[in-house]
Amino acid sequence: MEENREDHGLAEGKILSVWMILFVALILLPSIFRVSLGISHFYVKIVIKILEWATLQIEEGVKKQKAMALENLISTGIIQRDETPMEEEIVGRCQGCFSLADIMYFSKKGCEAVAEDEVTPRFCSEELLSWNLLSRTNANLHHVSWKLAAVWVTGIIIRYCLLLPFRICLSVFSVLLLVLATTVVGQFPNGRVKGWLSNQVQMICATLGVRCLSGLVHFHNRENKPQEGGICVANHTSPLDVLILASDGCYSLVGQVHGGFMGLIQKSCMQTSQHVLFERSEMKDRHLVRKKIREHIADKAKLPILIFPEGTCINNTSVMMFKKGSFEVGGTIHPVAIKYDPRFGDAFWNSTKHSVMTYAFNVLTSWAIVCNVWYLPPMVKEEEEDAVHFADRVKAVIAAQAGMSVLPWDGGLKRKKVKESFKEEQQKKYCQIVIQNVSVENRNIC
Amino acid sequence: MMFCGTEDPFGQLGTAVLAVLPLSFLCTGRAWGAEKPLARHANLSLSFFSSSVSHSQITRLYSRFTSLDKGENGTLSREDFQRIPELAINPLGDRIINAFFPEGEDQVNFRGFMRTLAHFRPIEDNEKSKDQNGPEPLNSRSNKLHFAFRLYDLDKDDKISRDELLQVLRMMVGVNISDEQLGSIADRTIQEADQDGDSAISFAEFVKVLEKVDVEQKMSIRFLH
Repeated sequence: MEENREDHGLAEGKILSVWMILFVALILLPSIFRVSLGISHFYVKIVIKILEWATLQIEEGVKKQKAMALENLISTGIIQRDETPMEEEIVGRCQGCFSLADIMYFSKKGCEAVAEDEVTPRFCSEELLSWNLLSRTNANLHHVSWKLAAVWVTGIIIRYCLLLPFRICLSVFSVLLLVLATTVVGQFPNGRVKGWLSNQVQMICATLGVRCLSGLVHFHNRENKPQEGGICVANHTSPLDVLILASDGCYSLVGQVHGGFMGLIQKSCMQTSQHVLFERSEMKDRHLVRKKIREHIADKAKLPILIFPEGTCINNTSVMMFKKGSFEVGGTIHPVAIKYDPRFGDAFWNSTKHSVMTYAFNVLTSWAIVCNVWYLPPMVKEEEEDAVHFADRVKAVIAAQAGMSVLPWDGGLKRKKVKESFKEEQQKKYCQIVIQNVSVENRNIC
Repeated sequence: MMFCGTEDPFGQLGTAVLAVLPLSFLCTGRAWGAEKPLARHANLSLSFFSSSVSHSQITRLYSRFTSLDKGENGTLSREDFQRIPELAINPLGDRIINAFFPEGEDQVNFRGFMRTLAHFRPIEDNEKSKDQNGPEPLNSRSNKLHFAFRLYDLDKDDKISRDELLQVLRMMVGVNISDEQLGSIADRTIQEADQDGDSAISFAEFVKVLEKVDVEQKMSIRFLH
């Protein structure tokens, strides 16, 4: 009995050491030197082939069943919006007087908004053109074929039983490494050595983090990478944006204070470099933040600041209003566009619906995180331009590069109600049409 | 495998993997459940739509209904509607939201939701279906006008009184017109429309005033397939 246990122990010891060697060779060393071994590329290619096969299966199955047109189900809108402006619609028998029919314009616009609006879909996950074999995205599809179901079940087994434990181990390891390393480096006296070390620690931990998500990131136009003393702005989809950008460069972060797991990571990062954290609801904080940003970029030796002007996570199909705060400060703006490929997994964090842990679980059980990052040429506010116009200009550039639409609405509408002033604008507009000729009205018979 | 506590890491790993399997099936079990409510609704005879509405349109609108339903209880409340920014900035937003809710109730189900939207289907869709003997479809000219009439008629007494007209006008123009001006607009409108001399507009008078208006165009939304 004891011999068996010894043999067992020896065999286990060997397997363990093999795992360690593989781990160090395939993951740790390439992360430190930021070299890619091509394993992720290969994996992603295989997943693409599987998804394409699945799409074909679904289309064939649908033809057989004659159920619903899958392409039309998701890719187009629900209604065709009538874009005629208020002035044209509300034309009574006489110009500039009220007609009982005016109410029809408002009722139509209202019901169009109920059937389909531009804003609320941005705060939940994007719908996909075709099912990507993740159970969370198949809300509207019936059973199609046994082959597809078999592939789906295999996918579950691979993702939950093979990839998930591995990814969890790796992410636990990288978080521990981050906490330990930043604590150690935090003890050093301030100076160039500490700066260099903290940069290295940040980048290694970020690269490890990206690996543990099976992340495949394509960086474009690296020559435009943000320099010291600049402000880097990007569209925001999830906390992973920070991870992805940090794996390719060092930034000072501006962000919302979080508790729990995210708070732990934030605290560790704070130990080694300068970050600006604030509470979203604090009015006073906003001025303080602006002041701190100004001071930070004035010091050319400091790392570029990374800001997400949308202020909240949007689902990566459009870019919403950029808050003007970071554009008033002066300094060079380096826009960065980030676009995730939704086929492999949904990177969007719906913070009203999922907690951080649920979100992390969803991400760790997706196929992969594949995204493109474009560094765009730096932009500067022109003399005559005001901050809002400049913000819109930067927003248009980012949206054009990433192929997303531009929306003037505020991302804060995720949580807040819309301001009354917009309603008042609509009312004013209507007034101007209705009482065009007040004096004429009193004389003529309408 | 021998489960010997801390000395058997691979046994523990194996146990962990086996534990995750049933958990994952529990998660996926959720996915099949998501189809059932729609099947229930699709089987409901949404007869007020007539036969020319397609299954995919119902499916898309059901997706829309569930995405608005933050409470996930199968019905929408007034707050759910007010969360739509484009509806919240509509001067008559509250009246339109009210039109969705049946008398005295605070929740609207999918059937009620579709029923209200059905008023806005284009009239030419009716020509495709040959159901001449059924009840008048919801998107007929008369029913569209009735919908608009109900937006004015705040107390649901089938008459638009001067007060009601003033209130609705005030919603539409905000603070930009004085009370006297608004009063004179209301008076003139009632004067033109009123034929039986009761200083209020009944539905028949309403229809007469708007007989030359292209109601089909003004109150139709094109639903895509």
